[in-house]
Amino acid sequence: MPITHPNLHLKKLPGAIPAWQGEITPDDLQPICQNVRDGGGRLVALWGSDVRAEGKCFALHVALVNEKGLICLNVLLPAEPPNYPDISGIFPAANRMQRATYDLLGIAAHESQDQRKWLRHAAWPGGSFPLRKDFVNDPLFNPYELDAYPFVQVEGVGVHEIAVGPVHAGIIESGHFRFSVVGEKVLRLEERFGYTHKGIEKRFESLNVQQAAKLAGRVSGDSTVAYAWAYAMAAESIAAVTPPDRALWLRALFLERERIANHLGDLGYLGNDVALSFGFAQFWILKEQVLRNNAALFGHRYSMDKIIPGGVAVDLVEPGQQTLIEECAMLEREVSLLRGIYDEHAGVQDRFIGAGRVEPKLAAQLGLCGLAGRASAQSWDARVQFPCAPYDKLDVQMATYRNGDVAARVIVRFDELFESLRLQREILAHLAQGDTLSVPLANLPVNSFGVGMVEGCRGEVLVAIHTDVRGKLTRVHPHDPSWQNWPVLEHAAMGNIVPDFPLINKSFNLSYSGQDL
Amino acid sequence: MDQSLGILFQIYQSLLVVALAPLLTGWVNQCRAWLQNRTGPGVLQPYRTLRKLFHKDAVIAYNASPLFRITPYILFGCMWLAAAIIPIIAVDLPFSPAADVIALVGVFALARVFIALAAMDIGTAFGTLGARREMLVSFLAEPALLMVFFTASLISHSTQLPRIVDALAHHQFVLYPSLAFAGLAFVIVLLAENARIPVDNPSTHLELTMIHEAMILEYSARHLALIEWASSLKLFAYIAVGIALFAPYGIAEAGDWRALPLAMVALLIKLLVAGAGLALLETLLAKMRIFRAPEFLGTAFLLAVLGLLIHFLLGA
Repeated sequence: MPITHPNLHLKKLPGAIPAWQGEITPDDLQPICQNVRDGGGRLVALWGSDVRAEGKCFALHVALVNEKGLICLNVLLPAEPPNYPDISGIFPAANRMQRATYDLLGIAAHESQDQRKWLRHAAWPGGSFPLRKDFVNDPLFNPYELDAYPFVQVEGVGVHEIAVGPVHAGIIESGHFRFSVVGEKVLRLEERFGYTHKGIEKRFESLNVQQAAKLAGRVSGDSTVAYAWAYAMAAESIAAVTPPDRALWLRALFLERERIANHLGDLGYLGNDVALSFGFAQFWILKEQVLRNNAALFGHRYSMDKIIPGGVAVDLVEPGQQTLIEECAMLEREVSLLRGIYDEHAGVQDRFIGAGRVEPKLAAQLGLCGLAGRASAQSWDARVQFPCAPYDKLDVQMATYRNGDVAARVIVRFDELFESLRLQREILAHLAQGDTLSVPLANLPVNSFGVGMVEGCRGEVLVAIHTDVRGKLTRVHPHDPSWQNWPVLEHAAMGNIVPDFPLINKSFNLSYSGQDL
Repeated sequence: MDQSLGILFQIYQSLLVVALAPLLTGWVNQCRAWLQNRTGPGVLQPYRTLRKLFHKDAVIAYNASPLFRITPYILFGCMWLAAAIIPIIAVDLPFSPAADVIALVGVFALARVFIALAAMDIGTAFGTLGARREMLVSFLAEPALLMVFFTASLISHSTQLPRIVDALAHHQFVLYPSLAFAGLAFVIVLLAENARIPVDNPSTHLELTMIHEAMILEYSARHLALIEWASSLKLFAYIAVGIALFAPYGIAEAGDWRALPLAMVALLIKLLVAGAGLALLETLLAKMRIFRAPEFLGTAFLLAVLGLLIHFLLGA
């Protein structure tokens, strides 16, 4: 058992990663969270569901992780009012998840100081909640009244605010950043998101298992493989099937290639943000090569829809293996050269070092995860700690650093890039043979729950699936690591100067779409 | 000297700089693209951009004052005037005696005051941010530029650009150590004043890092076209001043129309080399933290003062 608590009875879930599930009452939520926190655990995800059809009320679901594995808590809420105790005091990252859960389901964390809307930007009527089963989906919604959203004010002589976004000067996703500055110095940064809310979770309700896999792969485009795998893992956990060996190895190949492509792109962007366009162009030439090889070998530049529940949809055929081995050698050579240039460029290093520092202590307190976490000495990597097949045979080396500044995140990116290239070589050398690429996924069992977690390029991507009394998908919750890391970016920017913010932001490179859903 | 031919030369040069300035910007951008392993949009891209912008309808904020509307014209006028009084293809142009190097610095400053005021006129955070940063950079760049001019003036005993060019170009070939220091200082000032890397990034889309671009974020269509054109003219004028001070060889005397073809060829070659050099610098350097800019421009001032001192110490 990952944790012991007198009122918690955990049941091991089948599947590729170690996960347990248990039902608790709202009163036990805070003590159990505190227990996990004290043991060094973190909050991974928090979501809610409408289970009134089963004769219950609403349920809150909290996914925690410690060194043993995932702990999924089901909290059945009382009918009136459907509230639960606030856990943002224990896990600060819970704040926005709790607010989003309220916007979608109308279940609130009582006693929480911050009850501002998070996802609702007047796209649906105030007082109605899209994820409730009795929600009327009227396609002719008129623009509804906006809720007041008071930003935290900073007072003092010479303090003024800079409002940036949600429309930006470049082609990036929509998000609003409110800086309180004095001169060029950032005193406080507050983010507001939700502009890219597309109703993905509502859409999941009307899809079958195969269709939902496609949607899961579109939650955040650059992490399509991670989401598709996490979704497939959850579905396979419920259906209690294991994909063929070759399919698992191919999934790992897709995932590492996604990481390689994204890390190359991010390293290029980091050069661009300090106006070293040379680095930008070089890294993007390499990324483009990876994407073109993907298109040629697997039929899609980002390997979208190539992971399906039960296996994979495409095989690696000759001479693909040779192409990828040559690509590995080329990338290792070129990236080594470029790393040398970045490392020795005084101007670049002057911008990178010391910018946007997140001390390990703060990172641990706020629950910084994924790549940004590893750059602040938070050594969590699902491929290392909970290695599902084939990672259990690959001995992944985790890249960590202590400084927590932009330079540290660049170093971790380079290290992970080289590790992924090594893993790709290993995978190609040990790729399991076999003709079957997938096993059929029969109907899912009724009233069950499954969860999958995959280490994507930003951090751990989690997908949870609930089925109803007929075995249909009743609730699918995809969770992006950006939920945890966006709030930490606010702290990373504090005390820095305004023109350094884009660089700090890019060094985290978080997803808007993935968390707005 | 034939006065009418001088006026003809003046008109010819004024039209030439307006027509050529976007080409220089296009050349710099194309060189940058080549150095970065990109194909690049071609040297004519700035003309296409101008054409596009002149065909668009201007969007102006409701609270914009007349200042906001007239600033693009003032800016364009200032830069055109600056480019017209610099001896580019011939010395002794009729306009040149109207303004000396100090007045030239004043013309640049006038344009800057208007663009900074226009940036703050709308009241957006970015305009004010950009104006503030522009002033931080320029109040350090201007004295350095003046020092560079003083060094050249000491050699030629005049603050008139034609006299300076005449003294440097048409006398026997001499190496001036003081000018070497002034030249270095001038390159730094040129980078800072024209919003180039490492002080600013002309091609950035990151609104929080902008200096010059932040000031003109609210402009569109013909206003933006004039500002872009003025920026090209400014870069052209700066490079022309650089050529006039540090490599004036080949320039034609006013009225000497036979020297004109050679002067044109010399000018084109010098512009090509200067543009490529600028692109090379911009490719090699990264943008510095904004608070490093004062150190950078302080270096320029120091070098220019060293140039002056050396002139007094060595008499050269």
